Amino acid sequence: MSIGRSVERVGGVDRVTGAQKYTADFHVDHVLQVKLVYLDCAHARIDAVDTDEASRVEGVRCVMTAADFPQPVPKFGPAIVDRPVIADGVVRFSGEPIAAVAAETEDAAEAAAALIRVTYQELPPVLSVGDALDPAAPLVRDPSTRKDDPLAETNILEAFRFGWGDVDQADAACVIDRHYEFPMVTHFAIEPHAYLAAPDANGVTIWSPTQHPYVLQRVVAAALGWPVSRVRIIAPDPGGAFGGKGWPKFEPLLAYLALKTGRPVRLVLTLEETFQAVRRTSALVHARTGFDGDGRIVFQDLEANFLIGAYADIGSRVVSKASYAGCGPYVTPHARVIARAVLSHTTPSTAFRGFGTPQASWAVESQLNEAAKALGLDRVEIRRRNLPAKGQAFIPNDTPADGDWPAVLAKAAAAIDWSSPLPAHRGRGISLGIKSSSTASASFALVRLHFDGSATVVSGTSDMGQGARTVFAQIAGQEFGIPTDRIAMVMGDTSVVPFDSSTSASRSTVFMGNAILKACRHIKSQLRTIAAATFKLHDADVVVGDGVVRLPDRELSFVELLKAHFGPPRGELIGVGEERNAYVPGHPLGGSPAFWELMCASAEVEVDVDTGMVRILRIALVSDIGRALNPQQVEGQDEGAAVMGVGHTLMEHLLLDSHGHIRNLGALDYRIPTVQDIPLHLESILVENGDGPGPYGAKGAGEGGILAIAAAIGSAVNEAAGVSIRDLPLTPERIWRAIRDKKIEEAPSALHEPATESRLT
Amino acid sequence: MSATVPVKLIVNGRAHSIDASPHHTLLEVLRDQIGLTGTKECCAEGECGACTVILDGEAIDSCLVLGVEADGKTVLTIEGLATGDRLDPIQQAFLDHGAVQCGFCIPGMIMSAKYLLMTNPRPTEDEIKEGLAGNLCRCAGYSRIIAAVTAAAETPGTK
Repeated sequence: MSIGRSVERVGGVDRVTGAQKYTADFHVDHVLQVKLVYLDCAHARIDAVDTDEASRVEGVRCVMTAADFPQPVPKFGPAIVDRPVIADGVVRFSGEPIAAVAAETEDAAEAAAALIRVTYQELPPVLSVGDALDPAAPLVRDPSTRKDDPLAETNILEAFRFGWGDVDQADAACVIDRHYEFPMVTHFAIEPHAYLAAPDANGVTIWSPTQHPYVLQRVVAAALGWPVSRVRIIAPDPGGAFGGKGWPKFEPLLAYLALKTGRPVRLVLTLEETFQAVRRTSALVHARTGFDGDGRIVFQDLEANFLIGAYADIGSRVVSKASYAGCGPYVTPHARVIARAVLSHTTPSTAFRGFGTPQASWAVESQLNEAAKALGLDRVEIRRRNLPAKGQAFIPNDTPADGDWPAVLAKAAAAIDWSSPLPAHRGRGISLGIKSSSTASASFALVRLHFDGSATVVSGTSDMGQGARTVFAQIAGQEFGIPTDRIAMVMGDTSVVPFDSSTSASRSTVFMGNAILKACRHIKSQLRTIAAATFKLHDADVVVGDGVVRLPDRELSFVELLKAHFGPPRGELIGVGEERNAYVPGHPLGGSPAFWELMCASAEVEVDVDTGMVRILRIALVSDIGRALNPQQVEGQDEGAAVMGVGHTLMEHLLLDSHGHIRNLGALDYRIPTVQDIPLHLESILVENGDGPGPYGAKGAGEGGILAIAAAIGSAVNEAAGVSIRDLPLTPERIWRAIRDKKIEEAPSALHEPATESRLT
Repeated sequence: MSATVPVKLIVNGRAHSIDASPHHTLLEVLRDQIGLTGTKECCAEGECGACTVILDGEAIDSCLVLGVEADGKTVLTIEGLATGDRLDPIQQAFLDHGAVQCGFCIPGMIMSAKYLLMTNPRPTEDEIKEGLAGNLCRCAGYSRIIAAVTAAAETPGTK
């Protein structure tokens, strides 16, 4: 039996031997290398682009600017079609391409790109929520493209309002009113984005390490004005994605270049270009939370401004989905959530693990800690009092609590010995995090059972490290009673794999997993029919188990039955399966989540009060997983997500200069956790009650680990150092300053250190 | 473009004679001229470790060494670790311990681990962390990588 065992990663050997091919590793004959040209500022009017000198560089085959595209320049976007394929007269973020050079070598492309002369007028950029909401601010998006949109004359792309009850009439004994900031951070997948495009007999083929091949197909086809059938997407496994490789970026541009040159074209971004291509939206959250005297939530009143970038990308969906469940996993009698997707002259923000939830969670969970302190309650106890029981709705008329969440909380507290005494300068914190999973979405799968009993599974999911291929092979292996090395996995090519909405929202194990399970069972029903026909029995006399067919008088293997049925010509059985969550008109998100991804994180830290350095002694992660189909992979997801959360909690922060260019561009200046930054002890605990909608009772995993880290560590730092910091990241300087300010406040004369000035970095 | 320079080097036991552009890095030579794409490019400034190879017995970032500087030298890359179908114990340990997710950092990570165990066959946990501090991973959370290197160090035949 394969399910529930940590079988070895499918594709693992290729990954440890260097044989795994990522997009930049593919060799294509006669390929042209592409370089893009950008400005060092975020907002400018382009007056002229002189490409003459660049075009004369030996080896250059094509230089394209906006003038070389159909007019008006085609736009693209997964949800809102607002982004020109190439900058069309205006640059709206530093990182928006103005020209593209295709040449025989990378050297020639680079040399030519450096020779392109852009005449431009720099314009004032909108770089913060404050900038953007100023009535005098320049408008990032041309209002003439927002017909019938009441917000057209503002920088608000969309505003959402969710809630129930009546916050203004609610009576609370204690109200916590605070402002929180979550920084702009970047995905920093170790594989920088890479793309290939080539004309083919049907139209065009695009190679991209995309998470969503069928979204890319749709968006590229729309940008070309073609039917989707003419666009083939080949999606090599991403070398890390985390949402950053979800939504199309430069693929439409590459498609045009390939068609113009009639040759394959290849673009491999530098890490610096990747920083300018994808990021997480920052957020300012104003939270007012009312409690009764026992610490029960009376109301939550949240106003969140998310600074999305210059174009919509998937930014509005991030804002709506995160804010819809923004009150966390707590029973809230009265709720009001106002959330805005605010445009700015910055890199378009996109999906990033957690999809807006870590931003909201930082505020809502920190509020509970402040309330606990104000009411003299334990931080675990205040959470316990507010969690719904299993089956209880916490968002009215939506998917109720689908797990034993109080038990999850209790396990996380116990895992770090919550109530044991602590030495000086140490503290503990705990936080829950909850994320709405996929709402309306669809996955289709094909499974082929070959005459020798081996199988091929065909699926449109992308394996970006989460191990989808392994889990899908386990499902087919379980159903057919064969080891995973008898199963071939085919993924990542829209000319072969059936439709899948996306590899996102921790949905693949549940949605694609169920589609594959159904395809396997479709084959098993065919086996039953075949067995009944071959042996002149009624269907009811045949039982198809995992790998064996039981007849009234004997058992035979699948292979024996297939042999008896097909005879010498041989053949195969083809199973199809689909799993869909229907679109629900009128639902704020287009449908209820299939499950809730719930995580509780607890942390213990030590703060060096002289330097502000935080050392994480331990983190425990407890996830309500339903059933872990491959425990090692689930734990690996939780741990990796938690360490990524340590990044935005303690060190990560994209900084912009006054022109809107990223100051800490690249690995030297932008710190992500190294092996030396991880907790001394990191433990992942899986709660398995088999209560999920996925195969064998599974729920999704992958994002949970990142949701609750900031508030758990923030609360631990508060206990260790006695300071509350509401702006992430909790850098040593911020902590040191907070400690110093507190000392001054408590005893102004006792402080002898000079108040040195230095800038936050 | 600039004139090329003849370069002879031994990669994974095999001699190569190539004409390298003087400004191309060893990483570019390995990937684009010799066709060994197992070594990865990420930051191209010596900070992420994805391009780590062993050059004349020293672990280096191949993005910081020019191809011409490798003339006459011996290079070991990720493709040179396994013997036929038999994985190096470090490679096997990475699989056994679930240390691999997307895999993009793994060639560099394993080469740093290889160098560590070549020079310090029984490292402490702190020494492992120091040895891998120059290799960034964004997927795995590192703890399983540490466990893998610890286990490989205890495997007979690892050197």
